Amino acid sequence: MSLKYLSGVTTLKLNPDKCTGCGMCVNVCPHAVFIIKTRKAAITDPDLCMECGACALNCSFEAITVKKGVGCAQAVRNGFLRGTEPDCGCGGDSSCC
Amino acid sequence: MSARSRKILMMPGMTSSTTCGFELISAEYTGADRLAAWKARWGINRMAYRIKPGLYALGGPSASSPVFASANYKLSFDALRTNLKGISAWLLVLDTKGINVWCAAGKGTFGTLELARSIRESGLEKLVNHRSVTLPQLGAPGVSAHRVKAYTGFSITYGPVRAEDIPEFIASGCKASPEMRKVRFGFAERIVLAPVQLTQFGRYLVPASVILLLFGLKADSLLTAGALLAGTVLVPALLPWLPGRSFAVKSAAAGLATTAVLSAFLPMPIYQFCARGLIYSAAASFIGLDFTGASTYTSLSGVKKEMRAALPAQALALLAGLLLLLFGRFL
Repeated sequence: MSLKYLSGVTTLKLNPDKCTGCGMCVNVCPHAVFIIKTRKAAITDPDLCMECGACALNCSFEAITVKKGVGCAQAVRNGFLRGTEPDCGCGGDSSCC
Repeated sequence: MSARSRKILMMPGMTSSTTCGFELISAEYTGADRLAAWKARWGINRMAYRIKPGLYALGGPSASSPVFASANYKLSFDALRTNLKGISAWLLVLDTKGINVWCAAGKGTFGTLELARSIRESGLEKLVNHRSVTLPQLGAPGVSAHRVKAYTGFSITYGPVRAEDIPEFIASGCKASPEMRKVRFGFAERIVLAPVQLTQFGRYLVPASVILLLFGLKADSLLTAGALLAGTVLVPALLPWLPGRSFAVKSAAAGLATTAVLSAFLPMPIYQFCARGLIYSAAASFIGLDFTGASTYTSLSGVKKEMRAALPAQALALLAGLLLLLFGRFL
């Protein structure tokens, strides 16, 4: 049984004009969001994206943008309480991730 | 000084010292490793699971042996070295502050600069005759492969997600199949995370349950423990089968079901059952929402969206339940 998170929320964007079809995004995506179709990358199902940012960071042609972050309620709470960006605080003696 | 090393020295935060030392390491998985892994899962002294960052030699590596990078978290490092039985390799352990590869990549400590620094300071350049480092695929959210190449001359190959696939990855000419590149979240992968959730919330809710029992509130004591188990154990165990996509909704459903089942053994008026249904579903929903952080497929945008709706709903349900429990008899 496959698990899928909320639909229509991802910030993932692919600019086909900049894409050269090198396939790096296909290599790094842990959820098979990308495929190569007619020598360009294409998004299969945007709802599968978890915004880890691997594709954008490894695209040397800057064809992909995504607002990277961790999908962690504790991190969002910490960020809200401290007035910072979401932070899971895993560097300290915490028990998450 | 070569053009390559001049380039490296221009990087921020980089020191020029080159140690060229390495330690020998075995591929054996011992009873002590097993015990350490179990303790780490239960959060016992978990910051003690750091490996010394640097270069390790596994088997009898030569100048042409492959280089694999890992995090300085014992569970990550053990997964790598024990899956390389019979393979001679160099293992480059980055300083990720004792955090696993994926989480460290998320916060950038398993990252471009740390990898470049590590390649440089380990003296890898002098030890191997190739210019390639294989990374776990889940390091990719922190590492920009083309920048590492520009900084160090080493090209990055992303290996499989799971270290157990490395032998097959090597056998197929260092190509990860689509199956190797996918993160799974099956029952085994989910349930192994339950102890961390359980200890985290149990810290508050087990004492709460005991106090309720001491005050003679047997039903609420039991139902508090029920909400704890629903949010920390049932949610991971039954995740694909709980209704909806939202973790808050899935967890509320687990909490309501648990409350209903336990209430069968606790005779109470109907208004009290409704009140407790609201209270303990809200509690389980709050607890289970935190499993988003342990899951492998939730996005920040999604978590923010569901929290905006879930937190007020949980607070409202809790308040309504408490009012109903206190004043329900007058209705």
